[in-house]
Amino acid sequence: MNPVYYLYLAALLFTIGAAGVLIRRNAIILFMCVELMLNACNLAFVAFSRLHGNLDGQIIAFFTMVVAAAEVVVGLAIIVTVFRSRHSASVDDASLMKL
Amino acid sequence: MENLIGLLVAVPLLGAALLLCGGRRLDGKGHYIGTVLAASSFAIGAVLFADMLGRGEHDRALHSHVFSWIPVGGFHADVAFQLDQLSMTFVLLITGVGTLIHVYSIGYMEHDERRRRFFGYLNLFLAAMLLLVLADNYLLLYVGWEGVGLASYLLIGFWQHKPSAATAAKKAFIVNRVGDVGLSIAIMLMFTTFGSFAFAPVLAEADRAGEGKLTAIGLMLLLAACGKSAQVPLQSWLGDAMEGPTPVSALIHAATMVTAGVYLITRSGAIFNAAPDAQAAVVTVGAVTLLFGAIVGCAKDDIKKALAGSTMSQIGYMILAAGLGPIGYVFAIMHLVTHGFFKAGLFLGAGSVMHSMNDEVDMRKYGGLRKYMPITFITFGLGYLAIIGFPGLSGFWSKDKIIEAAFAKGGTEGWILGGAALLGAAITAYYMTRVMLMTFFGEKRWVADENGNEPHPHESPGSMTFPMIVLAFGSVFAGGLFSLNDAFVKWLEPVTGHSHGDSPLSAAAVTGGTMVVLVIGVGLAWAQYGRRPVPRTAPRGSLLTRAARRDLLQDDFNHVALVQPGQYLTRGLVYVDHKLVDGVVNGTAASVGGLSGRLRKLQNGYARTYAVSMFGGTAVLIAATLLMRAV
Amino acid sequence: MSFPLLTVTAAVPALGAIATAAVPAAKRAAAKWVALAFSLATLVLAAVALVRFDPGGARFQLTESHAWIADFGVRYELGVDGIAVVLIALTAVLIPFVILAGWHDADPLEGERPNRRWRPTQGFFALILMVEAMVVISFEATDVFLFYIFFEAMLIPMYFLIGGFGDRAGERSEEETATQRSYAAVKFLLYNLAGGLIMLAAVVGLYAVTADDLGTGTFSLQQIVQARASGDLSIATGTERWLFLGFFFAFAVKAPLWPLHTWLPNAMGESTAPVAVLITAVVDKVGTFAMLRFCLQLFPEASKWATPVILVLALISIIYGALLAVGQRDIKRLIAYASISHFGFIILGIFAMTTQGQGGATLYMVNHGISTAALMLVAGFLITRRGSRLIADYGGVQKVAPVLAGTFLIGGLATLSLPGLAPFISEFLVLVGTFSRYPVLGIIATVGIVLAALYVLVLYQRTMTGPVKDEVRGMPDLKARELLVVAPLIALLIFLGVYPKPLADIVNPAVDHTLSVVDEKDPKPDHPVDAGWFSYSPMHDGASGGAK
Repeated sequence: MNPVYYLYLAALLFTIGAAGVLIRRNAIILFMCVELMLNACNLAFVAFSRLHGNLDGQIIAFFTMVVAAAEVVVGLAIIVTVFRSRHSASVDDASLMKL
Repeated sequence: MENLIGLLVAVPLLGAALLLCGGRRLDGKGHYIGTVLAASSFAIGAVLFADMLGRGEHDRALHSHVFSWIPVGGFHADVAFQLDQLSMTFVLLITGVGTLIHVYSIGYMEHDERRRRFFGYLNLFLAAMLLLVLADNYLLLYVGWEGVGLASYLLIGFWQHKPSAATAAKKAFIVNRVGDVGLSIAIMLMFTTFGSFAFAPVLAEADRAGEGKLTAIGLMLLLAACGKSAQVPLQSWLGDAMEGPTPVSALIHAATMVTAGVYLITRSGAIFNAAPDAQAAVVTVGAVTLLFGAIVGCAKDDIKKALAGSTMSQIGYMILAAGLGPIGYVFAIMHLVTHGFFKAGLFLGAGSVMHSMNDEVDMRKYGGLRKYMPITFITFGLGYLAIIGFPGLSGFWSKDKIIEAAFAKGGTEGWILGGAALLGAAITAYYMTRVMLMTFFGEKRWVADENGNEPHPHESPGSMTFPMIVLAFGSVFAGGLFSLNDAFVKWLEPVTGHSHGDSPLSAAAVTGGTMVVLVIGVGLAWAQYGRRPVPRTAPRGSLLTRAARRDLLQDDFNHVALVQPGQYLTRGLVYVDHKLVDGVVNGTAASVGGLSGRLRKLQNGYARTYAVSMFGGTAVLIAATLLMRAV
Repeated sequence: MSFPLLTVTAAVPALGAIATAAVPAAKRAAAKWVALAFSLATLVLAAVALVRFDPGGARFQLTESHAWIADFGVRYELGVDGIAVVLIALTAVLIPFVILAGWHDADPLEGERPNRRWRPTQGFFALILMVEAMVVISFEATDVFLFYIFFEAMLIPMYFLIGGFGDRAGERSEEETATQRSYAAVKFLLYNLAGGLIMLAAVVGLYAVTADDLGTGTFSLQQIVQARASGDLSIATGTERWLFLGFFFAFAVKAPLWPLHTWLPNAMGESTAPVAVLITAVVDKVGTFAMLRFCLQLFPEASKWATPVILVLALISIIYGALLAVGQRDIKRLIAYASISHFGFIILGIFAMTTQGQGGATLYMVNHGISTAALMLVAGFLITRRGSRLIADYGGVQKVAPVLAGTFLIGGLATLSLPGLAPFISEFLVLVGTFSRYPVLGIIATVGIVLAALYVLVLYQRTMTGPVKDEVRGMPDLKARELLVVAPLIALLIFLGVYPKPLADIVNPAVDHTLSVVDEKDPKPDHPVDAGWFSYSPMHDGASGGAK
């Protein structure tokens, strides 16, 4: 199969993720959309790795996963804290840099 | 001997410093210190005078260089004194009359709690006036010139708690400052023309410069003289200056300071001689003022203001004489000296009258005082006879010569000037007779004021009458003494030069004419004020009388032409400065603030908005990169 | 290596500032004495510099030079000419009086509990000393960059002095006073900062130009002047003009020149009298001084190019400042506008490009410093007593407090340049210097002296004379401390009015040198009198020769 199709898929996933980040307000959904974008990138990396015939892309994909995991940890912690204080997970409610 | 000249100035200056900084400790004896120092200054002057008489006619000038004052580039000003016959005449007049007036003030100011300060100011005045006449260059003269202005300011406003006195003092200073602008510019012109402003070089080489330059310098000096000597158009301050204590009016605003303009013009004779246009301006000012002052003097009911009008008019005579050139200089100074005697005497007499009348100045509330104050009456009377030019008295000798010199100017000009001087003599006789009659003759017109205080006229104490008697002697004999063998002419001639014009009228004819107008003037006044009783309140009077009471509308003119536009201008400028100049500054600040206010709205705190701008920015960057590649 | 006198003169007040600030909160009063002691020590050092300065010697004396930021050619270069040494002396003389006059200005209000962290008394005096240190080093610096740093850094302590300390509220509410004060302080800061930033651009530009022509860039005034004279460094006409404007703008804001003056009345009006003196008598002098030292010498051609415009602006300043002073209702603002008029005279003298004009302008800086200090400090004493700055709130003070009125009058008379007092000499020299080259401008400027008489005497009349107002009754006369402030200033005014020669002798060679850099000579008199007339005073080439 032509690896370029994977790139199309990656672009599609990234766009869905980006649109989700821009449109949705719920922090959890936002988070999932960010994950979607990250994974779209991963897909692109792996596809490129295949295309070029070396492993660089696959290595970077692992890095991205690690970063994404770390991000999820910190991010969810923040969201939980915000939810506790505001009883809402909407990002618009947290528009000020103070509680 | 040279060193004594500096001492002449230093002694009264020391007095001023001592009395003004000495504090209350000196309250009890301040007036004695001041008087003694003034007298010692006179003594030094007398010693110098004796020394000067001992030397040959052309060898009399003394010069004393004290120190270099302002040396900057080609600009040298030195503190250096020059004592020649002209300065000597002034020194004796200033210290002599000055000392007498110090003595007079001991009595006059006896009840004033600030007497010490008064004497300090008087000493300050003496020092400044002596500096003025002794300076050997125009810049040092300027120091004395403004110094006397300061002393005059302080003394006019001596009774500062009266707003009218404070206003009068301020007015005098500011009007004088206008004249000072003239003196400044004259000095600057001299510097750019000659590279110097010392008397000796400038006057010796004056004719090397073009007539245009000299005319400019002359006109500027005239402006200065107008300010200090209260000549038209800068005359308006002198009448108000009578707010000061009467000894001040006698010393400063009659005998000495106001004659400084005459000194300046006479001293700068070499410049005026070479600038006929400037001379024409001087005689015009002199002639106009002598009539102006005389007319004002006729209408005033305030005895001091009537005398102030007279002073203005008499100085007009002097300026007129000085403007005539070498025919007139000597007589200008001679009249200045005799005027110093009789006018000081008249003012002291007026002061004596006021002193006994509870400081009443309105002549309509005097009358018949000759019975109560015989010494004042006699001394005042002699001064009166001197000023109207009664034959044989001082004023006769000096004023007659000026009228003669005015005719001697020659041509139509001579007739006009001579005619004006004669007319002035007639009016002088009229208003002085009026003063005399209203004050000392007729019935008593004073009544008790609302508090029930009725004045009890009485003769003044000895310290006051003594100076009046001395001055009366001067008023009677000085003129005759000066004219003996032309003594005064010979005395001053080496400094000022002297020439005889060709008069279309003989001396006898002029004297005859003067006598005729004198009789007319006295007769008119007698007909009006002697024959019938003087009303206690002034009648409405003719249009001219009413205008003259308002100083011929000089203040109204100044108010409309200068004060009001000035006020509008400053108010307008305050507005402009606040709204326009500062407005631009604040406007810039506000627009920056407004812009940042707009920009601030972009930072709304919504994460999504930032994400959009990030995405948008990235998209734009990528698009731009691709576009660049494509091109 | 010789003793670094100039560095020490600037360092002593700086150390004084630190020492004053370090005084513990409990010993508030000691801070005043520490500050006074350090300011007096500076005065001694300045006097030593004045004595050791040889008027006939080299152009810059007591020089120090060390590499500082070698990569950018910035050096720590100090040196004084006659003009600088005199102005340093002025600064050193005035600061002790400023400190003495402000003795109680930073005391805590009654009932106010002294704060442990913010100690106003210590801060006030430390800031004054800090300003002194920076002003002194600005006068000393011969490296443009070094000068720039302190020229700008001065704004920081001044900002706090204006914004942090003001007159006690009096009749206005405390809140309104604070608002006005912070407005004035911010305006002062931003205005001067804007000027400074434009100057910074010009400083960088200057570096670029020198780097281009000389190989290595330099900020050294002497090096640049020499290089320009020898032809090693040529700056294109257009470039020179832009650089000149950049420098001049900053100095014109500081000086201040019309129409860049509006910060001054606010700043002087809202700050306490000693701080107002600090602004107008000390800090602003750096502006006019820098015009003489940097504008004229770095950019002689551009200076001549801009002269007509600057002269007209100076003339407008003179008349405009005086007219606005007449129209003021607030004593301090009146003095501020009078100062604007006086700065007009100084700038007029500098750009008349004659020895009398520039010599007069330099003396004017000194004399204006002293006379304004005298007038403003007495006005401050008056305002403290009554708690109002409005002229209309006074009347008849002369009767109640004669010494105060007398000193006020003398300060006023000095302000209107009465002959016999120091300002007369400088003002007359400026006028003569201007007149000899531009007669019309000279005459118009002379009219300023009438207006000066008007605003001073109107102020005196309204406050001091007339019937005694009820609020004024019982006002105490000057106390010993206040007399100690005013009396020496008045003595100085009289002394310098009678015998200015020592000062003039120090200033003259520096002025001659400045003029030679600009390549201007005094106009010759049209019909010079014979040189023999000057036999009793030392001959000068201005008086001889040139006869036609």
